[in-house]
Amino acid sequence: MSIAEEQNQRGGVTIARLLMSFGPLLFLAALIVVFTVLKPSFMDPINLFNITRQISITGLIALGMTFVILTAGIDLSVGSLLAFCGMVAAVVAKGGTANTLSLSTSGTQGFGWFAALLAAVMVGALAGGVQGFAITRLKVPPFVVTLGGLTVFRGLTLTISNGGPISGFDASMRWFGTGLIGPVPVPALIFATAAILCHIVLRYTRYGRAVYAVGGNAEAARLSGLRVDRILVSVYVIVGFFAGLAAFVLSARLNSSEAVAGIGYELTVISAVVIGGTSLFGGIGSVGGTVVGAALIGVLQNGLQFNNVSSYTQSIVIGLILILAVAFDRWLKSRVRR
Amino acid sequence: MPLVEAASPVLLAVEGVTKHFAGVTALSDVSLDVRPGEILGLLGENGAGKSTLLKILSGVMPPSGGRITFDGADYQPASPQDAKRHGIVTIYQELSLIPTLTVAENIFIGRAPTGRLGLVSWRKMEQDSRAIIARVGLSIDPMTPVSALSVAEQQLVEIARALSLKSRLIIMDEPTSALTETEVQRLLSIMDRLRKDHVAIMFVTHRLEEASAICDRMTVLRDGRLAGHLDRQGGPIKLPAIIEKMVGRAASELYARPAQRAVAGDVVLSVRGLRTVRDPEAPHAIVLDGVDIDLKTGEILGVAGLVGSGRTELARAIFGADRIAAGTITLDGREIAPASPADAIALGIGLVPEDRKHQAIFAALGILPNFSVASLGRFSNGFGFMAERRERDALSGFRKMLSIRMASAEQAIEGLSGGNQQKVILARWLARDPKVLIVDEPTRGVDVGAKAEVHQILVQLAARGIAVMMISSELPEVLAVSDRIVTMRKGRITGQMPGVEANEEKLMELMALDRQDTPGQDAPAQDAEGQTR
Repeated sequence: MSIAEEQNQRGGVTIARLLMSFGPLLFLAALIVVFTVLKPSFMDPINLFNITRQISITGLIALGMTFVILTAGIDLSVGSLLAFCGMVAAVVAKGGTANTLSLSTSGTQGFGWFAALLAAVMVGALAGGVQGFAITRLKVPPFVVTLGGLTVFRGLTLTISNGGPISGFDASMRWFGTGLIGPVPVPALIFATAAILCHIVLRYTRYGRAVYAVGGNAEAARLSGLRVDRILVSVYVIVGFFAGLAAFVLSARLNSSEAVAGIGYELTVISAVVIGGTSLFGGIGSVGGTVVGAALIGVLQNGLQFNNVSSYTQSIVIGLILILAVAFDRWLKSRVRR
Repeated sequence: MPLVEAASPVLLAVEGVTKHFAGVTALSDVSLDVRPGEILGLLGENGAGKSTLLKILSGVMPPSGGRITFDGADYQPASPQDAKRHGIVTIYQELSLIPTLTVAENIFIGRAPTGRLGLVSWRKMEQDSRAIIARVGLSIDPMTPVSALSVAEQQLVEIARALSLKSRLIIMDEPTSALTETEVQRLLSIMDRLRKDHVAIMFVTHRLEEASAICDRMTVLRDGRLAGHLDRQGGPIKLPAIIEKMVGRAASELYARPAQRAVAGDVVLSVRGLRTVRDPEAPHAIVLDGVDIDLKTGEILGVAGLVGSGRTELARAIFGADRIAAGTITLDGREIAPASPADAIALGIGLVPEDRKHQAIFAALGILPNFSVASLGRFSNGFGFMAERRERDALSGFRKMLSIRMASAEQAIEGLSGGNQQKVILARWLARDPKVLIVDEPTRGVDVGAKAEVHQILVQLAARGIAVMMISSELPEVLAVSDRIVTMRKGRITGQMPGVEANEEKLMELMALDRQDTPGQDAPAQDAEGQTR
């Protein structure tokens, strides 16, 4: 291959890479313009902050899911795990399952918000670790392991909660879901902080490099001295951790942990990651993309609602966007692989 | 080119066929013919043009010039399917059966016998399949899924399918390379039976003894040209005659020996009695059967062996990629037992694997992460953050040293030519300053000009005190860069000699012939032939 040919090819690849990072962003900008034209009040700061609060729950899980999908894995259990971690947080916050239907916040003997948060993220991380272990040691594909996890964690949730919600947390815990710092909702701040941390980890650390390498070519990663199994387990721990964090924030926001919380979240979360340009085949993607993907879904839902589009139609639109995003991904791949 | 006057007319005639690829001539003016009821051996070293010729005959690509006739008519297959319709079936090393389907379904794929109502008649399919596979000596249940068969059995099923398609010429590409001794014998006897049934067979192989045992005639290619035809006259074609035709060339310019030879120092890596176990998931893979090898600082040890000789398995075992059953590996006087590549790498061993695309490069990533993936610890600080400045500086150092032609560190590695990709992989290991560097087929998929560059780099590395073990099936390459050469066959070391004393004939004999003892430099060809089975 001549130098000229190489440079030519590089040009194509660069354009593809640019599109990969800016394509969803352009789409997001276009959506915001359209919704603003349709209804100028869409741009109200109140509405915009509303959107950020709405996307922060699935957004947090999507951050963890980005790690998983970068390794060419998948985690279908996150919705159920969220419900389970939420229930664990509630039990810890309230000191038991006894106050199930009581909205009273006085006279509880719970362990406080910090213990609840800690319990939620630790249980989430542990659950992810167990699934990661099944994937790497028992050699069961991630799809199957986490599909099993999806029903197991839901079952566990229903068992400890007896099917009902556990409600009524003290104000210090609810602040994490409903509080504001200046005009900014606390969940949005948590999401933003987590996103920045994840970006730094993936972009600037050796761990991040290893995640991309394992996703890009697991055999080459192994022959380059990476401990592939450990890295695979770690990404499921990370997504579990974020499911726990999201569960805590959601419970705080609703002042209640529902046994039926998070049903179908895995699909929203995976959609956000994939729309954000992370390849289901692993090795390609970014946290920035995931944030844009989550924002895109949030803006779409909010804007359609704003224009009185029924939630049925919303589902149709979001589904179609997902397919388009993956088609785009494949098309980019075919260009890069030329 | 008239050969012998044979009773039967020519079935396939190739006349002056030429094939160019973007300025490179892969085949030049090659002629051969095959008659019904004979086995023609097609021989030649790697890169001699055998695969190109097969691709033309099986309809994968058209020739650039020349003429091919089949059964007296012009033969210009548009596709492999078209070639099959003509009656020419090619059986490749990578078998084309669908593993999840049964033997019968594979044989009748796309043409299942139907009964009334147009439904598949399973009974007829089973009965017919049984008869078809009996022709190749198989007595398995046709309703067995193909995945449950050994490679040898799968091959026979492919041959059976070819026969059921009324094929008149069966081309077999290295059919014996993945087979055990007994399986080879069975395949050869079935080829003999087919010959009596007036099927024409073209047998492409590296294994000279097998070729000599079964072939009626041979056509030998060398550097894309016809090196000659050999004929069985009374007895089997003699091995020295084959080797002479295959090799018969002076070391070409491209493989000029580097002027400077390294002075070998102390033994760094020493392997004794190395054995591997049969992997239950790959029961037909080659196992190492007691390998002894010594590697010294500053030398390039060439390991010559054909596909299936165990050369790659040796590299993988030393590198901790495959499990070891018995034997010791000593590095710098200390016995080591690497349980994973990570262990071996930490001890100072590097491996440039055979299959660059699947085992070495990260296609989705840029050059920088591809370069530093094995040295993430060295290019990061105590908190796990990458020291990107240091990483980039190191890459640009290697870029100069190895003259890697690239646009930027961000460029996708897939955009580089094979030679430059290989240099990035070499840089990946050099960044670790390894004591031992194993390179497996270092110039596979590397264009001719870059090959010499890679060779030069290997020589430089040895001069810097790295012990280099170079595995290659290209003899000119082994001869060009090795200070010492060992040959392997069937999981054993079959010979050892200084690079200056080696030549292609000697190596080819050691690589291709069955000799259990350590042969001297004067291994008589007659002896070897006497062992022909």
